[in-house]
Amino acid sequence: MQAQVTCACLLLALAAAAATPARAWTAYVSNERDNTVSVVDLDKMTTVATIPVGQRPRGIAVTPDGKQLLVCVGDDNTIQIIDAKTHGVIGELPSGPDPETFALGREGKLLFVSNEDDAMITVIDVPERKALATIPTGVEPEGMGVSPDNRILVNTSETTNMAHFIDIGERKLVTSVLVPPRPRFAAWRNDGKEVWVSSELGGTVSVIDPVAHKITHTITFAVQGMRSDVIQPVGIRFSKDDSLAFVALGPANRVAVIDTASYKVRKYLLVGQRVWQMALTPDGKTLLTTNGLSNDISVIDVGDLTVEKAIHVGREPWGVVVAPQ
Amino acid sequence: MKRPKRPPRNGPGRRDVLLALGATLLGVQAARAEAAPEIRIFYLHSRERAPTISLLDFPATNNGLAGAELAVADDNTTSRLLNLPGYALTDIGWRPGDDPLAALAPLAGQPGALLLCDLPAEPLLKVADALRDKSVTVFNIKSPDDALRGTDCRANIINVSPSRAMLADALAQYLVWKKWTRWLLVYGSHPEDARLADAYRRSAKRFGARIVQERVYKDTGESRQSDSGIVLTQQQIPLFTQGAPDYDVLIAADEHEVFAGYLPYRTWDPRPVAGSAGLRPVAWDPSSESWGGAQLQDRFVRRFHRSMTPLDMQAWTAVRMIGEAASHAATSDPARIVGYMKGPDFAVAAYKSEKLTLRPWDWQLRQPILLSDGRMVVSVSPQKGFLHQVTELDTLGIDRPETTCKLK
Repeated sequence: MQAQVTCACLLLALAAAAATPARAWTAYVSNERDNTVSVVDLDKMTTVATIPVGQRPRGIAVTPDGKQLLVCVGDDNTIQIIDAKTHGVIGELPSGPDPETFALGREGKLLFVSNEDDAMITVIDVPERKALATIPTGVEPEGMGVSPDNRILVNTSETTNMAHFIDIGERKLVTSVLVPPRPRFAAWRNDGKEVWVSSELGGTVSVIDPVAHKITHTITFAVQGMRSDVIQPVGIRFSKDDSLAFVALGPANRVAVIDTASYKVRKYLLVGQRVWQMALTPDGKTLLTTNGLSNDISVIDVGDLTVEKAIHVGREPWGVVVAPQ
Repeated sequence: MKRPKRPPRNGPGRRDVLLALGATLLGVQAARAEAAPEIRIFYLHSRERAPTISLLDFPATNNGLAGAELAVADDNTTSRLLNLPGYALTDIGWRPGDDPLAALAPLAGQPGALLLCDLPAEPLLKVADALRDKSVTVFNIKSPDDALRGTDCRANIINVSPSRAMLADALAQYLVWKKWTRWLLVYGSHPEDARLADAYRRSAKRFGARIVQERVYKDTGESRQSDSGIVLTQQQIPLFTQGAPDYDVLIAADEHEVFAGYLPYRTWDPRPVAGSAGLRPVAWDPSSESWGGAQLQDRFVRRFHRSMTPLDMQAWTAVRMIGEAASHAATSDPARIVGYMKGPDFAVAAYKSEKLTLRPWDWQLRQPILLSDGRMVVSVSPQKGFLHQVTELDTLGIDRPETTCKLK
């Protein structure tokens, strides 16, 4: 395995040296069932390396400088720090038990981890590798979204069925908003004016006013010939200019493209099976989706809203991030 | 086990301390919530301890009750965060043969109470009818009796447990998909076994399977495994299953654990067993880890140091239904809670791939059924391709056009 990794790194190094990159982005995909992270070269549109990690990797993030990957390995009760160049595990963060996913603060210093089994959030100082605080929240905390001004964290709890608004400075719960069953993901508009929360079993996205803490719109989905109960929204991403939102619809195998002005679905894009999480490239031109049951990621052109390609990764891909370069 | 590194926890866990801390953080809000009246949930708890064929299946004394306790804790987290009244659970015991009405003293002065019943159909009906004038809602978490969803249905009974028809349909869909459509039906001599056999006959007809022969296994009261049991069983079961017409799968209907557990590996013909042994249709299995199930199993095992049974799950679901309705309707009034539950907006999540809702024609909870081999989940019904105009969950059990229930 060591040889394989070294070899892949060499390839990657060569590729970086040789190509004049149109995009030159690297995507990292956590494979829940394989205990690996796939390294995907977005110029070549192929997986160029596979990094062995701990058990049940799900949440994944990259530090703002692009040098380190953080991966939640829930069954090992830790977060691993991976060197983006050497692909070696260089350390761990004291995540608390069963970390599922997390959000990195805007400046890359604080990490907010949902401890799914313990109804709490652990706040970690990433450079110091130290847990600073734990904040009690709802049962089975999951989605995490940090406001653009870095002041408010929104956390969703899958069994309590709420979006919890947490003051980052005070490390304290401000208020909670009840949403439909099994909220999975919280995403802030880039301008900070709204928080969108997906409810996997409710089949909806709740648009929340983060000042009034009220649901202002509820977005529903309908795909012709498909039962409403297989439409299960999970991941949400906003385009750079906030004009579009993308919502991954799980076993409906589609990404809904929503016009954020009218809250209407403009288009459904057919991707791989059981689409969950998504990531935009830093230029905002490409969207990647993880497709848990078809073991691939789909590459979507944000400009013309078409699916360009599927790239094979490991088994049960869960999360995806794109490193800045 | 999946998580070897986690140390066992005794006494007040980190979570309890943190929750307490959370309450302190919430300060004034928490104090106000404590002052508000609680939502009281009663649990009529059968103390019946019938023998089981396998020692592994012998139920814990808190079977079912543990599920309700966990859900009360889950509900309390929600109510604390919403600054709504909390929940309290009262356990009431009942022994087979006792008059169930005598056990209901704790409900005196509790009009509109919410009562979970872990009872067979007959005493359950007696309880529901006796409490009707007091607007008590009974949550049936145990009985699979189809009559409770049919001729004996009641407006004040909510059926959380799946019916025999739902369980039989769930298994039938899978066997038909597998093309194992020739069934040898073996049922026991108890009335419940005959009703379960009826459910399998109905499922066979509905989904295109054929029952090639039926046999009755009499409960003579001597078939439990004992010192010499293994030797005896090894002789009896092949003889009993000898000379059957060609069949694909043996379907066992044995709700009293008399013989089904002895069938696998002992039949005359080498055939798989399903129904009450082998591949079983269940409301829950302690190995189910999909759709977030791993988290629930982990929470349960940490708290109770044992696996979560179908009865635990049914009790958990009933209490979560109450919690979900109460928080969405923002009320602690039992009548309004039940009103919301019976309304169009109600849904509850229970780690089974989709949201669960109530059928308005018999107040049965729609739910996927797991097919378990005792070690893991083999499949989940409804199976793909069994279509329905409203929801595919209604391909399991008695659908609206065929119901004999007149809610009163």
